[in-house]
Amino acid sequence: MAYVVINKERCKACLLCTEFCPRQCLGVDAQMNSRGFHSAALLHPEKCTGCRICALMCPDVCIDVYREAKAEPVGGKAKA
Amino acid sequence: MTTTLCTDEQVFGRSAGLTEARMHYCPGCTHGLIHRLVAETLEELDVLDRTVGVCPVGCAVFAYDYFNIDMIQASHGRAPAVATGAKRAVPDAVVFTYQGDGDLASIGMAEIVHAAARGEKITVVFINNSLYGMTGGQMAPTTLVGQATTTSPLGRDPGLAGYPIRVSELLATLDGAVYITRQAVGSPKAVQATKRALRTAFQVQLDGKGFSLVEILSSCPTWWGQSPREALTWTETGMAAQYPLGVVKDTTGSGTE
Ligand SMILES: Cc1ncc(C[n+]2csc(CCOP(=O)(O)OP(=O)(O)O)c2C)c(N)n1
Ligand code: SF4
Repeated sequence: MAYVVINKERCKACLLCTEFCPRQCLGVDAQMNSRGFHSAALLHPEKCTGCRICALMCPDVCIDVYREAKAEPVGGKAKA
Repeated sequence: MTTTLCTDEQVFGRSAGLTEARMHYCPGCTHGLIHRLVAETLEELDVLDRTVGVCPVGCAVFAYDYFNIDMIQASHGRAPAVATGAKRAVPDAVVFTYQGDGDLASIGMAEIVHAAARGEKITVVFINNSLYGMTGGQMAPTTLVGQATTTSPLGRDPGLAGYPIRVSELLATLDGAVYITRQAVGSPKAVQATKRALRTAFQVQLDGKGFSLVEILSSCPTWWGQSPREALTWTETGMAAQYPLGVVKDTTGSGTE
């Protein structure tokens, strides 16, 4: 599982990220930011693979990308 | 899913080479994207603390607020002369100019030609968006034949305004220039190629080999009257037809792209 964190105040809604996301995870935020832009938003987190293409194309460096840590059983990983 | 869990692995974040300032560029303008690539390259080369950038006059005039490094703002077109002084005074510094096509190829053509001819050991990031963005979308030396701008509303007429200048090819004739490449940022693949080209260009400087320049076809959605997406496509179709992408000159002997 992966996800992106979009800095909505920095975003100017050019929406290049939504255009380039290969899995159509991103869309437009329903709320306006303080400068009057409906920023990009992660609408379908379940589809995100953390490929970074949105962040690569963002002209305003608004997007951080994370991959979720795998859940480990209590007591740590079993030795192979 | 919008909170950051500390155990999650961050696979993309803001470069330490950028400040936290919000950039003033128009929505979709690729000046910001190119700033990011330059900042990441300098960070990866571990030279942020000894880099001096020189900003142009043009939309990137405020780049000193965006790069988290030492910056100088030069008068219009004079960035290569200012960079020459900085590099000669502090040879260990990594010195680059960041210039638009109006700045570099119009009022600043003499400075860039002579800096390249002298083989100044500086790196030039040359932003070709085919017109003057800051002042209202006027025709530049790089405007394509037939391209409408605010001073060529019916399209550039070569009988009246001559032909576009291919700056990279022109500078490549000079012996002092050792690495010149033309890149674009219209797709994820192009963005990655541009980053590799920037890395090569800065490495040329670090190796003391001579003058290096990366021309980047950049979008100006505002004055092209296009959506951000359409403008990116036009860099790769309309512009790249006049300005072919790839290495224009490489005499470093390292076989670059
Ligand atoms: C000496 C002088 N002449 C003219 C100008 C007006 N002027 C400001 S920016 C500019 C051109 C900018 O175009 P470009 O270098 O292509 O950069 P862009 O804004 O497109 O990024 C001009 C002619 C000026 N500021 N100073
Ligand atoms: S006028 Fe053009 S070059 Fe200048 S910030 Fe706007 S889109 Fe970018």
